[in-house]
Amino acid sequence: MKEIIDHLKKRFPVYEIGEGPNGVILMSVEAAKLVPMLTSLKTNHGYGILVILSAVDWLEDCKFQLTYIINNPDEKRDLGIRVFIKREDAEMESIHSLWEHAATFQREIKEMFGINFPGSPRVDEPFLLEGWDNLPPMRRDFDTKQYSEDTYFPRPGRETNDPAEYMKQKLYPDE
Amino acid sequence: MSNTNYSWKNNRSLFPEADETGKLVVDLDSQKYIKVWQGPNHPGVTGNMSLELTVSGDEVVEAKTHVGYLHRGFEKLFERRRYIQCFPTCIRMCVPEPDTNEYNLARGTELLGGIEVPEMANWLRMIALEMARLQVLLRMVPGQAGTMGLGLPSQWGLYYRELILDRFEELTGGRIYHMYILPGGVRGLLPAGFKKRLEENLVKIESFMKDVDRVIYANTVFKKRTKGIGIIPADWIDPYGVTGPVARAAGYERDVRKDYPYLYYDQLDFGVNVEHESDVFARFLVRRKDVDTTIDLLRQIMSKMPDKGDIKAETPNVLHWKIPRGETLVRCESSRGEYIFYLVADGSMYPRRINLRGPSYAHAVTLLEKLLINANISDVSSIMVSLATCPPEIER
Repeated sequence: MKEIIDHLKKRFPVYEIGEGPNGVILMSVEAAKLVPMLTSLKTNHGYGILVILSAVDWLEDCKFQLTYIINNPDEKRDLGIRVFIKREDAEMESIHSLWEHAATFQREIKEMFGINFPGSPRVDEPFLLEGWDNLPPMRRDFDTKQYSEDTYFPRPGRETNDPAEYMKQKLYPDE
Repeated sequence: MSNTNYSWKNNRSLFPEADETGKLVVDLDSQKYIKVWQGPNHPGVTGNMSLELTVSGDEVVEAKTHVGYLHRGFEKLFERRRYIQCFPTCIRMCVPEPDTNEYNLARGTELLGGIEVPEMANWLRMIALEMARLQVLLRMVPGQAGTMGLGLPSQWGLYYRELILDRFEELTGGRIYHMYILPGGVRGLLPAGFKKRLEENLVKIESFMKDVDRVIYANTVFKKRTKGIGIIPADWIDPYGVTGPVARAAGYERDVRKDYPYLYYDQLDFGVNVEHESDVFARFLVRRKDVDTTIDLLRQIMSKMPDKGDIKAETPNVLHWKIPRGETLVRCESSRGEYIFYLVADGSMYPRRINLRGPSYAHAVTLLEKLLINANISDVSSIMVSLATCPPEIER
């Protein structure tokens, strides 16, 4: 593992290298270098499986984190690569040419976070939300409560009574 | 029934015709093709999803998966809930097998929060996980015959599944959703006489599986309709993210319990069931052998586990538990394949992101759409069930 990290350090601008609580090595890289790095890891180092592609919204820092976790089935190791991109007009290079099922992840992230992956197959087709015209719902500034209050018919709440007062009214209405 | 292998043909020479540029043209106005929607309500579809099929005669020319009929926004809801409040929601991310969700979320929380789980609790977690696997397989193995009209064995299977659900009710209080595995340990010890009653159930299930072998495995119609159908080439496994029994049926010896041992699976003696034909029948065979392995594992766990011990580690007050900043990946082997949670904590009492990646996410979207091309329309549900599609884990 150390050789791969040394090799990556020489070739790519990686930073924040650390080990997760269950031994997964995580590192960050500049967005422009991600695809060459993944290609190199896949073709030269046997990281042939894309385990997960996930997005995290760091609203307070005005950036999105994209995490690519890849797996080497022979050595049974995982490697996590983080990329931070700007929140405005968020866009990232597509990796569907490396892994076919990455297109599904990218299509979902486009819909849920509004991060565009130009060139990814069917990326503009709705995945879960047909006819959605609001802010992408997984962004942290999307207010679910406000949305449901605006969208759905308001339901009157249940009437509540103070039990002591209610029983007094019921049993001794004259007092 | 012809003996043609409806496997993936790269040139797709029959239908549809290609134009001069090599692009395939599906002209619905030419009246050569019909669009058929299989689902969202259809006996041959597992759960609420639909397949938009374009057929020419009875051959599928194009297939598109449509999900979203069951989207409940769980991953969004997690942002507003404390870690312990995520449990009642997260188990509903896969209805047939909720325990893998519980385990992954509990394990992720423990890893990020730095909690050591007592030995007894880990053994009890294994009992719960293996019982959950067995009850899913009891639905899935005879259920494969149900997709081609052999409905009776799948009904028998439901009865034997109920026996395991009875044991779950005894152990956890719930039949379908258990909430047994919590951060730090489990909720309770085995009740008195539990092992004896579970053993009786296992004996009954073993004798039932012999009936399954007689009516399904030895059934000519079943073999004719599953052999050579839905073949996944071995070189598709990695690019499509295929895991679990589907990958094992293609000759890949992969099992999370062996490759990335969690709990005490490394102390148990079991093999990985592998087949090589990679068709619907091979996937059925792998699952059929998995039933025997699971029964054997349950017996091994019951004989190896201690009788007494701590079942819950000390945790901070779970409603005010601030988990330190960090991220982790947790995986376990569910009955359908590798089940993965990706957790990000930001140092507050609420998770920043919990992302689930179930096996269906890869199987039922990209893979299924390609696998159905050139298949006969009567085999669609059989192929879909053989991939163990579970829509709730696609759309969380």
